[in-house]
Parts: sequence; structure tokens; C-alpha cells
Amino acid sequence: MTTLTLAKALNEGMRKAMEDDPKVLIMGEDVGKLGGVFRVTDGLQKDFGEQRVIDTPLAESGIIGTAIGLALRGYRPVCEIQFDGFVFPAADQIITQLAKMPLRSLGKLKLPVVVRIPCGGGIGAVEHHSESPEAYFTHTGGLRVVACSNPVDAYTMIQQAIRCDDPVVFFEPKRRYWEKAEVDTSADSAGWTPFDRAQIVRPGTDLTLIAYGPMVKICLEAAAAAEEDGRSLEVVDLRSLNPLDVARVTESVRRTGRCVVVHEAPVYNGFGAEVAARVTEKCFYNLEAPVLRVGGPSTPYPPSRLEDYYLPDLDRVLDAVDRAFRF
Amino acid sequence: MTAEAPHGAEAPSELVQLLTPEGERVEHPDYDIDLTPEEIRGLYRDLVLVRRVDLEAVALQRQGELGIWASLLGQEAAQIGSGRALTEADMAFPTYREHGVAWCRGVDPVNLLGMFRGVNHGGWDPAEHNFHLYTIVIGSQTLHAVGYAMGVQRDSAEAATIVYFGDGATSQGDVNESFIWASVFNAPVVFFCQNNQWAISEPLEKQSRIPLYRRASGFGFPGVRVDGNDVFACLAVTRKALADARSGQGPMLIEAFTYRMGAHTTADDPTRYRVAGELEAWKLKDPIERVRAYMFKNQIADQDFFDAIDAEADELGGDVRKRCLALPDPEPLAIFDHVYAEPHGLMDSERAEFATYLEGFEG
Ligand SMILES: Cc1ncc(C[n+]2csc(CCOP(=O)(O)OP(=O)(O)O)c2C)c(N)n1
Repeated sequence: MTTLTLAKALNEGMRKAMEDDPKVLIMGEDVGKLGGVFRVTDGLQKDFGEQRVIDTPLAESGIIGTAIGLALRGYRPVCEIQFDGFVFPAADQIITQLAKMPLRSLGKLKLPVVVRIPCGGGIGAVEHHSESPEAYFTHTGGLRVVACSNPVDAYTMIQQAIRCDDPVVFFEPKRRYWEKAEVDTSADSAGWTPFDRAQIVRPGTDLTLIAYGPMVKICLEAAAAAEEDGRSLEVVDLRSLNPLDVARVTESVRRTGRCVVVHEAPVYNGFGAEVAARVTEKCFYNLEAPVLRVGGPSTPYPPSRLEDYYLPDLDRVLDAVDRAFRF
Repeated sequence: MTAEAPHGAEAPSELVQLLTPEGERVEHPDYDIDLTPEEIRGLYRDLVLVRRVDLEAVALQRQGELGIWASLLGQEAAQIGSGRALTEADMAFPTYREHGVAWCRGVDPVNLLGMFRGVNHGGWDPAEHNFHLYTIVIGSQTLHAVGYAMGVQRDSAEAATIVYFGDGATSQGDVNESFIWASVFNAPVVFFCQNNQWAISEPLEKQSRIPLYRRASGFGFPGVRVDGNDVFACLAVTRKALADARSGQGPMLIEAFTYRMGAHTTADDPTRYRVAGELEAWKLKDPIERVRAYMFKNQIADQDFFDAIDAEADELGGDVRKRCLALPDPEPLAIFDHVYAEPHGLMDSERAEFATYLEGFEG
């Protein structure tokens, strides 16, 4: 067991992937000497060289587009998008090319490309540095979309993403980069939870809180607080948004009878809408209350002095829980 | 405005040309080429056959058998010249109009038609032919080509990459990003721009105020303009560019100065935006006629040879037509195939639901 921050766990995971497979490449802006603006790739260029850890020109479409070409040549590029708000220049390559090329070739081409995106707010950043663009990508067939929420998952999921033959959009909750946990880096990967599986991170009986990425921690705190009020909340960390682990989610809601979905992104047309719709369809007769959603308003991300109002916090989650119990 | 008429009949002086429109062989200090009579007959055969496939495809579209077709008429020399410059190990990234290059790479023309018929999005195996899938989003493939070339470089392979795009594409961000990438990584990639003077209805002046090949110098690599209707020149220039790329000399931009004789696609009406005189002027530069004239004059082939090629073309056209009509529609559940390489819960559940729904219609 080693104590690792989430950022370091990602770093160790990538290091392991690079050691295991010489075809794995890291590419992005400032990923080399600097180790990325969040230092997630720290030291990798020093150890693996400039041919494997590539500082790219400052052009996001170029990062993804050339990664596609490298993947076509048999490499496994792991691309870093510096901040969530800067993925849009690359959105064309991700959506029109990366997602669709395997299908276009009737399965003859594989594109094992990972697109790492530090996501979400809570670090007091300026405009375009705190967004939650996951719904754009979950809406695109051909992509897998996952989000880690803690160092253990960060370590395993990044390796699973790199090994996966499908393109993976990999969200990293940037305000959790510095949080620590014990990670067993010697555990056999055969025993790891598959990265398209949701996980019950806290069992409970009265209501299911569903979250992913940065909101998992908030939901765990909410569940702890609710326990003092005598309510037993179950917390499900989705981990994978596409595919969604419908079985695990609905199994939980059938038991608890209530469901609140929490994310940072705007509620309107957000990923929570998908979860709520699936749960309603599959658990209709088990539900004691409608599925509620907690998330951001349908506005651009606000200036950082207001982000505490924008971001769902303990109170907003507990307020939704209260409402669910009032039905 | 630029000094030369951008899509006029006058060939600009900076053009590399080895065979005049009248079929006269001319020399060029940097790009001369020695071709055996057999090679010349081979190029002629390629030109005629791809034109025939193209004509057949246009006819099939007119008869409702293809949803749309992007004709290569007029661009045969650019495509055959560059396509025949490739070695087996080289990789080509096309747009949606490179039927001639596909021919050189051994892709069955019926496979190209399948895409336009709506049977698939590109049914050939890119690795088998070293010919990538057609790309519809303008300019996207230039980045894939550079990334691929970076892979070639890492593999220390004896190969280069060539990527095709149009004059309109040069305005795209991706194409400009690909120039930067290729340049800073010294990638073994040849950018082959077929300047056919038009991007649907927009003339070259709407994309650029300088000749396109000169863009390269701003990115730090050489650019050259070649007579895109001259198959010898296209072959010579591309061969040299590929050889340079393979030997570590980095990227090169080739602007093949040519003309799209037909419509942009079968959905287009060029009479709305271009004058007939332009077409007439370019007809005099036809890529096939000039080779034919040269061959006649130099007794590289006789009438029997030309007749035999024409007969072969007719046979090919008939065969392509027959096999196109026989292309079966895919099964409905094929919608869910190949979306992911590995098992995927959403695909599995949606496929199962859709299958159940379809079964409801049976019996
Ligand atoms: C990104 C994008 N925008 C618009 C289109 C629609 N479109 C298809 S072909 C074309 C013109 C392309 O012109 P050019 O690059 O000169 O190529 P050409 O077809 O003339 O060979 C346009 C605008 C497209 N396919 N992709």
C-alpha cells in the first residue's frame, strides 16, 4: 500500500502502462518538462524520453488528430487536454473522427486513444477552467466516457482506459487531484473492478445518491450527515457514463426506493437526465418519489467568487434528499 | 488579387510541367523523369480506366443507384501520377474524391461505390491497401496523416505518408495545424493539394490570396506547384517528395494545379457559378488526350493498343455496374456492429431491444 494523491495515482498508472507497453505515448501541451499544469505527467518525459512523452504545439485539434494517426500506426496515445474548456477545438476530431472511424472501417480499425480532461470547478480558476463537458461526449456513439473520483480508481481506471481498444474520454476531477488515499499498486489487475462498472461506495437502505467524479465526495459527506438524522443513504459512484451500468444503478434504487442524481454540470439536458430517465423506466413500481436531480444552473460557469453557489454542496444535496422524502 | 488568373486558362510560370497539353515532352531541371514505354502505357491505361469507372458511377447516380457521387473527371493525372509514385509501404489518406488513388492502391472500385450507395461508410481494409478511409469532414485527414507519419518515424520504417485535400480545405484549421505539426516534428508526410479551382461554388480567391504552394514556406517546408493535368509531372514531383520524406527531409506541399471538369458532386449545378469559357479552356488541357498524343507521336502505342484499352474500360464499367447493383443492403442490426471494439453494455441492450422489436413483425 502506498499513499497517493489522485494526481500521483494517475501518474503512477500511466507510468505502469508505459512500462508494460512500449506503444503507449503521452502527448499534450506542457506534458514534458513541466509535467503538465497539474503535474499529472510529472517525470514521465525524464524517464521515457521525448519520443514517448511528446510536448505538442498548442492546438487541440492537432493533438487528437495526430493521436488518431499514431493509433492507426499501432500506437496507444494518451492525450492531455489542459483544461475542460479547451476541449472544444478538439471536439471535431473527437466526435467526427475518433468516435466514428472504427465503425467506418467496419471494425477493421481500432483507435485506442485516451483523452484525459481535468474537469469541473472548485479551484477558483478563471473562465474556461472549470467546466463539465461530459454530456457532449456521452451523447456521441463510439466513445467511452469515464470519470474517476478517488486515487484508487484513478490508478486502475487510467490503465484500463489505456488498455481498452476503444477511444476513451477520461475525466479527472481537478479539485480532487490533491486528495490522498492508500493505493495497492502491487494488486493484480485481474482483480480490479472493470472500468465500465458502477460501484456502491457507501451502502444504505433509504435513498440512492448517484454521482461521479468530483461529486462523489460531496455525496459521501451528505450520506454521513444524513445518518445523523437517521437516514441511511446509499452512494453509487458511476465511474462510467458511457456505457452506464444500468443494472447496478437500478438494483440499488429498487432496494432504496428513492434516487437523487448529483453532478456539477447544468441540470438541463445534463447527464443526470439520462440516469433519471433510465431509473424511472426500470424502477417505476419501486419508486417512492420521483428521481430528483442536483446540478448547476443552465448558465455558463460563473466567476470564481460565485462558484460556491453554482456547485452543488452538502446542503443542496441534503435539500434534495429532504424533498425526496416528502413525497 | 494575385498576378495570375487563379482559375484561368493560363498556366502560371512557376508550374512544373513535363508534358504539354499538345503532347510535347519538355524538360525540368529538378523534376525530370525517365519512363519506359511500358510504364507510359501503364499510366495511360490507369487514366482511361479510372475515368471510365467515374463515368459509370455518375451514370449509376443518375439512375438512382447511388445517393451521390463525387466525380474525379479532370483530376485523373493528379491522382494517377501521385498514386503511382507511392511504394507499397507508403500510406495514403484521401478525401472523398480520390478514386484514382484508390485504384492505384488496389481498392476494388465497387467498394468505393458502396459508400456512395449507402451500404457502408467505407468497406475496405485500410491496412490491406495502405489506403485510408474516405474522409468527409474537410481537412480532418491531414492530421491523421501527420500522426501516422510520426508513427512511421518512430518505427524507423522506410515509408512516407501522403495526404490528399482540396483548395478549399487549405482554409481549415486542421490543415494549418497539420502543417505546423509536420514541420516541427519533421514528419515524413507529403501534402498533396488538388487545386481544382473550386470548393463547391467558391472560387480559389475565396480561400487564398497567394498561390497555395507558397503557404508551405510560412510553415517552414518546401512547396511546389505542378501541372495537375500532366501525369508525368505529377509522378515525378510526388516521387521526389516521397523519397525526400522517406530519407528524413521532412514534409513537402505539392499543389497540383488542375480543374474539376464536372460538378462538385452529382448534387451540384456548376452552371450557377462558373462560365462555360473556363471549362472549354481546360478541356484543351485534358490529362488523357495529351498522353495519347504523346504516345501516338512517339510510337509508344498504336491504334490496336488504344482500342484494347477502350474495350477493357467498357468491360470494367460493365463489371462495376453489375456488382454495384448486386451489393446487398446490410442487415438492420448491423447498425450496432463495430461501434465499439470491446463489449459495450449500451450496445448490447439496444441491440437486444431492437431485435425484439423487429421480431414483433415476423410471423
Ligand atoms: C468541415 C466541412 N465543412 C463543409 C463541408 C461541405 N463540403 C463538402 S465538399 C466542400 C468543398 C471542398 O472543397 P475543396 O477542399 O476544394 O475540395 P474539392 O471537393 O474541390 O476537391 C464543402 C464545403 C464538409 N464536408 N466539411
